[in-house]
Amino acid sequence: MERAPGGTAAGQYQQSHLSTLESQSIHIIREVAAEFERPVLLFSGGKDSVVMLRLAQKAFWPGRIPFPIMHVDTGHNFPEVIEFRDRAVDSYGANLVVASVQASIDSGRAVDEPGPNPSRNRLQTRTLLDAINEHRFDAVFGGARRDEEKARSKERVFSFRDEFGQWDPKNQRPELWSLFNGRHRAGEHIRVFPLSDWTELDIWQYVTEDHLELPSIYYSHRREVFRRDGMLLSVGAHVSPRGDEEVFETTVRYRTVGDMTCTGAVESLATTAEDIVIEVAASRLTERGATRADDRVSEAAMEDRKREGYF
Amino acid sequence: MELLRIATAGSVDDGKSTLIGRLLYDSKAIFEDQLESVERVSRQRGDEYTDLALLTDGLRAEREQGITIDVAYRYFATPARKFIIADTPGHIQYTRNMVTGNSNADLTLVLVDARKGIVEQTRRHAFLASLLRVPHLLLCVNKMDLVGYDPDVFGAIREEFAAFASRLDVSDLSFIPISALQGDNVVQRSVNMPWYEGASLLHHLEQVYISSDRNLIDPRLPVQWVVRPQATSTPDYRGYAGRVAGGVFRSGDEVLVLPSGLTTRVAGIDTFDGQLAEAYPPMSVTVRLVDDVDISRGDLICRPMNQPTVGQDLDALVAWMADRPVVPGDFLALKHTTRWVRAVVRDIHYRLDVNTLHRDESAGSLGLNDVGRVSLRVTQPLYYDSYRRNRQTGSFILADESTNVTVGAGMLHGPD
Repeated sequence: MERAPGGTAAGQYQQSHLSTLESQSIHIIREVAAEFERPVLLFSGGKDSVVMLRLAQKAFWPGRIPFPIMHVDTGHNFPEVIEFRDRAVDSYGANLVVASVQASIDSGRAVDEPGPNPSRNRLQTRTLLDAINEHRFDAVFGGARRDEEKARSKERVFSFRDEFGQWDPKNQRPELWSLFNGRHRAGEHIRVFPLSDWTELDIWQYVTEDHLELPSIYYSHRREVFRRDGMLLSVGAHVSPRGDEEVFETTVRYRTVGDMTCTGAVESLATTAEDIVIEVAASRLTERGATRADDRVSEAAMEDRKREGYF
Repeated sequence: MELLRIATAGSVDDGKSTLIGRLLYDSKAIFEDQLESVERVSRQRGDEYTDLALLTDGLRAEREQGITIDVAYRYFATPARKFIIADTPGHIQYTRNMVTGNSNADLTLVLVDARKGIVEQTRRHAFLASLLRVPHLLLCVNKMDLVGYDPDVFGAIREEFAAFASRLDVSDLSFIPISALQGDNVVQRSVNMPWYEGASLLHHLEQVYISSDRNLIDPRLPVQWVVRPQATSTPDYRGYAGRVAGGVFRSGDEVLVLPSGLTTRVAGIDTFDGQLAEAYPPMSVTVRLVDDVDISRGDLICRPMNQPTVGQDLDALVAWMADRPVVPGDFLALKHTTRWVRAVVRDIHYRLDVNTLHRDESAGSLGLNDVGRVSLRVTQPLYYDSYRRNRQTGSFILADESTNVTVGAGMLHGPD
C-alpha cells in the first residue's frame, strides 16, 4: 500500500492535496461511466494519460475499467511510446482502439501540411472526430490540465462539444459544486477532463508515489538532436535537420510526449521520477513553452485548435 | 500538504490581476515563457506597463476586448499548501460567475481600493460568498500606498464592512491592508504599516484553519456506481462506490440505505490502495455491506439515527443563469448528488437584490443573474440536508430539458 487515501494525517480527518485530487478525479470518472452510454479514454502514452488510466483503474477496482482506451496515432510518434502504449493497455486488460492519422490521409479525409517535416498535430483533430463519430462515443476523457495553457485554464471539467466537435469558449455551461451536467443530444458529445486541477508537479509527485511506469523518453538519455526555433528536436524518420542545423549528441529528456516533429527535448540529467519532481519544482519554463512548437503559432494557437475539436 | 480553494472577483482597476500576478510570481508559479509572452503582447498593444491580466485572460476575445469573460483557474503552491484560485470577472455575468467560483471555495478574497472604499461590487461579492457559504471571507484593502499607508483609512473601511457583514451569514471575517503593486503585506509583512499587527496575505492563506469546515457529523454516501467485477477471482464481490459527502463511516457501523429503509452494517471500506478503517469527506471509496440489499446509483447510505430529509417539495434559494426568465409552471431537469429528476417550479416567493439584500415579493420571475426563493416539486423524493449544514447534499443544479444547458443553481432550505 503506497498511500492511504487519507493521506498523511488521517487521524485529523485531513487528506493530503494529492489524495484530494485523486478522490476528485475518481468521482468524475465514475460519474461519466454511470451517466454516459459509450465513454472512451484517450491515451497517448504521455504522463498525464498514464495517471488518468491509473485513476480509472482505481475508480472501478476490483472491477475492470468499463470503457475502451483510444489512441490517436499520428504515425509520427516516438517508437518508445508506441511500445509502451501496447504494454500498458495490455497490463490493465483494457480494449485499445487506434485511430490512425495516416489512414485519414490515405482515405483523403486529411492532407499533410506542405513543406519538409510537416507536423500532424492539427490533422489529429479530423481523425479524432471521425473516430468519435464512427464509434458513437458520447464522452471522451482527455488528460488536459488547466495549468498547461491559458485557453485550457478556462476549460470546464465536463466540456460540451456540438455535432461538429466544436468548443465554444464564450458559451460554456456553468459548473458548480461536484454536480456535472453531461446532458447532450445524439451526435453531440462531452469532453471530460478529470485532471483539470492537477499541475505538472502534482503529476510527477503522483508518478513517484504510485511508482507508475512511463515511456523511457521522459527520463534522461543520450540522443542525437539539433536546434530549431530554440528547441532541441530529435533526429528521426520524420524529422531531419536542414543544412544549417548542426546535429550533436547530448543528454536529454522529454517533458511532454507529442509528435517527433513538434516536441522538443530538454537537457537534463534526471533519471528517476524523484529527480524530475525536483527539476520541475525549480523550472522557470512551462512544459509546453519549453517543448511544444504547436503552441508557438500564435497567442491563441491552443484556443483555435480547441475550437475545432482538438484534445 | 493541504489544498485551499480560493475564489476571487473584481475588476481590473482594483488591482486584482496585479495581486494574483504577484502571488503567482512570488511563489514561482509564473514561468519565464508566460511572462515573456505577456510582456510581448503588452508591448504590441502599446501598454505603458506589463498587463498581468493577460496571464489569466487567455481567450482571443478577452485579449481583443481587454475583459475577462469567464472563470479562470490558477494554481500555485508554497511549502505549506497548494492553492487553486477561481478568478472571476467582476462585471459581466457577475452572479453566474461568482456563484460558480464560490461553490467549491474554502475562502473568498474580496478586494477594495483604499481610495474608493466599500462600493456596490464589494457588498455584492461578500453577499454571494455568504450565500454560497464559503467558510472564510477575507477583505484586502488594496492600494494602501496611494493613501499614505494611513491606518485611519483602513480602520474606516474595516468598520464599514464589518457593519455590513453583520447582516450576512459570515463565520470568519478577516481584514488585511495591502499594496499589491508595492508588495506590502502580500508575502512579507510591510515595513510601511507597522500599525498593522496581523499576518501577511500569503501567511494568512497558508494558516487559515479549514479542517473543521467539512461536515464530519452526518454520515452521507450517495451511491455513484455499483462495483460487481463478475470475475472468477472475486465471484461474489459487490461494492457501492461513491464520494463521502458528510460524516465518518467506519467498518462495522450500522447503516441505513435510502430509499429502501433497510439497515445493515459496513463490512469493509475498499480502495485500490487497500482497506480503510474509516472514510470521511471528500474521499472516493467503495463500501461493502454485510447484507445483500438492493442498491443502485442515486441511493444514499446514512446512519439509522442520523437520516437526511426525504421529500418531493423543495424550498431553495436559486441563482438563475439563463437569458430566459424562470416562472412558476416551468419544467426543468434537476441534478442532486448522483440523481437526475424532473422538477416543476411551484412558486417564486421573492427576488433578492444582491446589492441591497432587499426582498422583492412581487417579482414573480427570476431573470439572468437573479437570486430568489423558489418552491419546487420533484418527480421522486430526494434525500437532502439544508445547504447550511452540508454543501454537497444541500445543493442542486437545474438544466433546460430541451437545450440541456445548465440554467440554475439551488441551495436547499430544510430543518437544520
